[in-house]
Amino acid sequence: MHRVLQQPFKTAVLVLVWGWLLFLVLTPNLLVVGASVMTRDPGTFISLPLNLDAYRQLFDPLYLDVFLHSLYMAAMTTLVCLLIGYPFAWSLSKVGKQRQLLLIFLLIVPFWTNSLVRTYALKLILATNGLLNSALMPLGLIDEPLKLLYTEGAVIIGLVYLLLPFMILPLYSVFEDLRQELLLASHDLGAGRLSTFIHVIVPLTLPGVLAGVMLVLLPAMGLFFVPDILGGSRNLLVGNVIKNQFLDARNWPFGAAASIVLTVTMAFLMFAHRLSKRRLGEEGG
Amino acid sequence: MTRWLPRTYLALVYLLVYLPILVLVVFSFNESRTGYSWEGLSLRWYESLFNNRAMVGAMWNSLWLALSAATVSTVIGGLTALALHRYRFRGKKLLNGMLFVVMMSPEIVLAISLLALFLLVGLQLGYVSLLLAHVTFCLPFVVITVMARLSGFDDSLPEAARDLGASDFTMTRTVLIPVIMPALLAGWLLGFTLSLDDVVVSTFVSGPSYEILPLRIYSMVRVGLKPEVNALGTLLLVFSLVMLMLSQWILIRSKR
Repeated sequence: MHRVLQQPFKTAVLVLVWGWLLFLVLTPNLLVVGASVMTRDPGTFISLPLNLDAYRQLFDPLYLDVFLHSLYMAAMTTLVCLLIGYPFAWSLSKVGKQRQLLLIFLLIVPFWTNSLVRTYALKLILATNGLLNSALMPLGLIDEPLKLLYTEGAVIIGLVYLLLPFMILPLYSVFEDLRQELLLASHDLGAGRLSTFIHVIVPLTLPGVLAGVMLVLLPAMGLFFVPDILGGSRNLLVGNVIKNQFLDARNWPFGAAASIVLTVTMAFLMFAHRLSKRRLGEEGG
Repeated sequence: MTRWLPRTYLALVYLLVYLPILVLVVFSFNESRTGYSWEGLSLRWYESLFNNRAMVGAMWNSLWLALSAATVSTVIGGLTALALHRYRFRGKKLLNGMLFVVMMSPEIVLAISLLALFLLVGLQLGYVSLLLAHVTFCLPFVVITVMARLSGFDDSLPEAARDLGASDFTMTRTVLIPVIMPALLAGWLLGFTLSLDDVVVSTFVSGPSYEILPLRIYSMVRVGLKPEVNALGTLLLVFSLVMLMLSQWILIRSKR
């Protein structure tokens, strides 16, 4: 009590923050874990007895298909983001310092604008009588309109479009820290370009890659509005299943179990990221 | 060859990133109803947007929500950052970790957990539930922005204030708050934008009593094309651009 009175300000701040986090972060998450092992109930959403039915239902072939397809689309999204983002971040680290800031700013601008609207803008381009088809047809490149909208590809394009900056920014920060002397040293020691890339650049930028993967892969399984707008009913994400279970089918235990799959994936990726950073720290001395 | 290759590549990616936005802006001034072919310049979609009372109502609701969520999260986030920077206390690592987890969690996980909480405690879904949810996902971003500012700050000034007899509260008010002011403003703007943009969390924790803009757009774009969305999107784009430039300007000016 004495200490509390001595530092009323500190006490007040800590109580406020801890209160907020315990009530709005920890309790809700425990509720979800609890809901996942309970029984579905039409009246109160969930009820006793405890069981693992919801987790068993995850392996129901019907849902397993949806999950694997979602994972596949998320993995493709991450891969495309990496393939675009890696050379992008590398190129970015090579232009002048002043211009770099401007380019980063230009990259963040779309990220600050409404993501629904940007997804909708893609629809204007990909639709059957949309911009891309009406540009390609007169050029004689295609005979009939390509079916682009409501496909798996459209969902992946949408996810890449929304998530690309989240891959580029962590990559940019590792390329920024990449010391030129290390590359020169590698060259002086007789390594060719390819060998320098594999043995020096890749290991040094790995934490950035993993951070980017973490920031892209998880949202790519959760952003349910992207398939809603671009994908049609056959290209669903885990996020669509969770939303459906909570808001329409009212099967909370199953929705909660599906969301725990996402949380576990996140924990795994965070662990891998830490590990890679620690290893780099040890090697760097 | 090593000079032009990276530049061409950068230009190409920027072109792809900005093309859809450009199309949206151009088409918002299109007379055509179908939205694919150009039929002349017109402001009719802007007109029909502002004549839509439900839409304008949702717009005000969203603005008010974003204002209040940004303000509350800046106050709590700013204080949290100060506490993390100044004080030693038990569970500090845990606090840091929890904020990090909130930032990294997929939005949908946060969304359903909050929905479960609100229904359990019997909170009616509406403005209050939206506010609590939005503050929660904005909080870590504010804390990080302010912490970054504090980490570059010389600690001798607050020590001097304490030695001269200022209480912790007085020292914070007269020394630390002015130092972190630019970061607080930047954090506020970030929170404002995050709140205005959010679809995922809002879908779960909003009720019919308080309709907000992103959810209205969501219901519009799910089926077919709606030219009003082009106009609305353009307005939102201009709005966020102004906000972003404002926050950058504040940050850059404060460094001089």
